[in-house]
Amino acid sequence: MKSSTENRQGIHTHIAPKERTAGHRWGEVWRYRDLVFLLTKKTFTLQYKQTILGPLWSVIYPLCTSAIMTIVFGRIAKIDTAGVPHILFYLLTNALWGFFSACVSTNSRTFVDNAYLFGKVYFPRLTVPISNALYHLIGFCIQLAIVIPLSVFFFVRGRITPHYEWVWLLPLILLQTGILGIGTGILLSSATTKYRDLMILVTVGIQMWMYLSPVIYPVSQVANPFLKTVLAVNPMTAPLECIRFIMTGKGQILPVSVVSAVLCSVLALFLGAWVFGRVEKTFMDTV
Amino acid sequence: MEPMIRIRNVSKKYRRGEIGAKTLQNEIKGWWARRRGREDPNLKIGESGAVNEPFYALEGIDLDVCPGETLGIIGRNGAGKSTLLKLICRITEPTDGVIDLYGTVTSMLEVGTGFHGEMTGRENVYLNGAILGMTRAQIDSKMDEIIAFSEIGEFIDTPVKRYSSGMYVKLAFSVAAHLDSDIIIMDEVLAVGDMAFQKKCLEKMRREAKEEGRTVLYVSHNMNTIRSLCSRCIVLDGGKILFDGDVDRAIAIYLGIEESDRRLFRFSEDYRPYDESLRKNKRLEMESLFVENPDGPWFHSTQRETLTVKMNAFVPLKRVGFRLEYWYQDGQKIGSALSGDFVDLDEGENTVQLSVDLSHLTGGQYSADLIAYQFDGEGTEDILDGVYPGVVFQIGEEFGVTTHLDWHHQYWGHVHLHDIGVMKK
Repeated sequence: MKSSTENRQGIHTHIAPKERTAGHRWGEVWRYRDLVFLLTKKTFTLQYKQTILGPLWSVIYPLCTSAIMTIVFGRIAKIDTAGVPHILFYLLTNALWGFFSACVSTNSRTFVDNAYLFGKVYFPRLTVPISNALYHLIGFCIQLAIVIPLSVFFFVRGRITPHYEWVWLLPLILLQTGILGIGTGILLSSATTKYRDLMILVTVGIQMWMYLSPVIYPVSQVANPFLKTVLAVNPMTAPLECIRFIMTGKGQILPVSVVSAVLCSVLALFLGAWVFGRVEKTFMDTV
Repeated sequence: MEPMIRIRNVSKKYRRGEIGAKTLQNEIKGWWARRRGREDPNLKIGESGAVNEPFYALEGIDLDVCPGETLGIIGRNGAGKSTLLKLICRITEPTDGVIDLYGTVTSMLEVGTGFHGEMTGRENVYLNGAILGMTRAQIDSKMDEIIAFSEIGEFIDTPVKRYSSGMYVKLAFSVAAHLDSDIIIMDEVLAVGDMAFQKKCLEKMRREAKEEGRTVLYVSHNMNTIRSLCSRCIVLDGGKILFDGDVDRAIAIYLGIEESDRRLFRFSEDYRPYDESLRKNKRLEMESLFVENPDGPWFHSTQRETLTVKMNAFVPLKRVGFRLEYWYQDGQKIGSALSGDFVDLDEGENTVQLSVDLSHLTGGQYSADLIAYQFDGEGTEDILDGVYPGVVFQIGEEFGVTTHLDWHHQYWGHVHLHDIGVMKK
C-alpha cells in the first residue's frame, strides 16, 4: 500500500475558478503527443473509408481546381504569372493556401465539432487543433509530390529557373503557415462556440483573405498601391512568395512581409491559446 | 492519511433555461427588444425574464477522499452527482471553491468515448487509451491484458460497428480498467454488459483500490453495485451533501428522499440492515414516520417538533419507549434522546406521536435512527424494532440555535449546550 504523498507520478492538479494559467499548459500537450498522432491517423483513415479511390482524392481534387484556375485565370482572364507556367503556379499556391485555409476553417469549429467528446472526458483540448493541422499537412505533402516532378520537368525544358538550394527553408515556411493557421483557427473557435453564424463568416473571410493574398497572382504583378500595402503586411504573403521562389524561381520577398509573417504567427498562436484556454474550461455550460 | 482528493467549498452555478440565444442575429434581436422595454423574443411563451436567474447545481461541497477508498455517490436525478464528477474530471470549472487532486485521474463518464465504428477494436483501444491519457508504449505493454480481460478474442481486428453492444462495452471498459491512474471516476458505466462481466469489473476495481491504494468514485442508481463496490457513500440532494459515511445508512437515506413527500418516511427492509435477530422474533414493526411541521423536514425554529409514527404490533406490548440517535451529515454520531414517557400498545395498528426537542442542534444536515424498546424498569432495555434512519432533516443555518457567534462545526461540534451563566464576583 502506498501513501498518497508518493503517488506514482507526483502529480498534483489544482482546480479553481478563473485560474490564470498563462494561457495553456504546453507541457501537458507534450505528454499527450501520442494522442495527437493517433487523432491525425484516425482522421486520415476515416476520410477515405468506403471510397473507391481512397487517398488518390488528395491528388485529384487539387489537380482539378488548378486546371480550372489555369483555364479561368490563365487563359480567359490572362493573369500574368511572371512567366511561370500556369498549371505549376496554381498547383503550388493552391497546395500551400489550401493547407492554411483548411487549418483555419477546421480549427475554427474545434469546440462545435467535438462538443460531445469534450463533454465526456478531459484531455488537453489543444491536441485537437494540432492534429488537424498535421492532417492537413499530409494533404500538402501529397500535393507537393506532384508539384516537384512538374517543377523539375519545366526546369529541364528551360522554362523556369528554380532555386532548389533554398529548399531547406520549406519546413520553416510550413511551420509558420501551420502556426498561423492553428492560431487564427482556435482564436475563431472560441467565438463560434457562442455564435454559430460566425462559421459562415469564417468561410467568407477566408475567401476574402485569399483574394488579398498572392494566391492567384504574384506580388510582382500588382500595381495598385493600396493592394501593394495590404500584400506587404499580409502574413501569408511571405510564405507564398518564398515557396514560389524555391520551386519556380520567381518570387518577391519583402523584409516587411517576413517580419509580419513571423510576428502575426506568434501573436495569433499565443493569443489564440490564451483565449482557447479560457473558453475550454466553461464552454460545456454554453454549448 | 493524507487525502487524494480534497474539495473545499465548491459550488457550481448555472443559469436556468436557455443560455444565450445561439445565433448572433437572435442575440441582437433580444438585445434590441430589451432596450426598448419589450419582451425578449427568444424566451419561450410563458417564460419571463426571471427564469434566467441562477441556480446552484452544487453548493458549498466539502469532501476528502483518501487513497484506497471507494466512494459511492447517490442521489436523485438533478441532485448534482454528474456535475460533481464533471468538476473533478475538469470538463467544466467550478464557480467557487477549490479542488485538489493528488494523482492522475481517469474519467469514465461514458464507456468508449471516442470509439469509432469504422475502426477496428485494436485501433479503438489505441485511440481511446490515448484520450484517457495513456502513451502508445503503455498501451502496447497492456494490449494483451486488455484483450484477455475484454473476452473479445479474435474479433479485436474487426471494425467495432460489427460488435454487439455487450462486446463494445466490454472492450471499452477493459481499456479504462487497465489505466494505471490513482483516481478512477465512473458514472454508471456498468449499467450494460452481462452480470458476470459486471461482477468481474467490480471485483477488479475493489481489489485495486484496496491493494494499490487507488481511489474510486462511483455514481450509480443501482444500489446493489454501490453495496458491493463502495467502502463509503455520500448522498447528494439539491446540490448539497445530505449524508457522508456508512454505505447502508446512505442507501436508506437515499431511499427515504426518493419519496415524493419529503415529510413522509416509509420503512422498508432497507432501513433495517442490522437486526437479524429481530427478524426472527418480530413483535413490533414501525411502518412510517411523518413530520407534522409543514416546513419539514427543514426545521428552523426552536419549538418542539412532532413526529407521528405508525406501527404494527404483533402482540400487545406494555411500557414501550423510543430512542432517537442523531447523526451529523459527515457520519458522526452526535448524541441520543431517550423516551421521557412510555406507552402501552395494542395488538394491530398503533399511532404514536413523538415530541422532540432539536433546539440544541446547530445548522446542518442530520439524520436520526429511531429505536423502539420495552423498558423493564431496571435500567435495561429489550429492543423491539429499529429503523436506520427514522428521519432525515435539516436545521437551517440561520435559524438554528441563536448564538451570538458563527458556529464552527469543525472545532466546536454540532451540539450547542445551554449557555454559560457568567457573573463577576
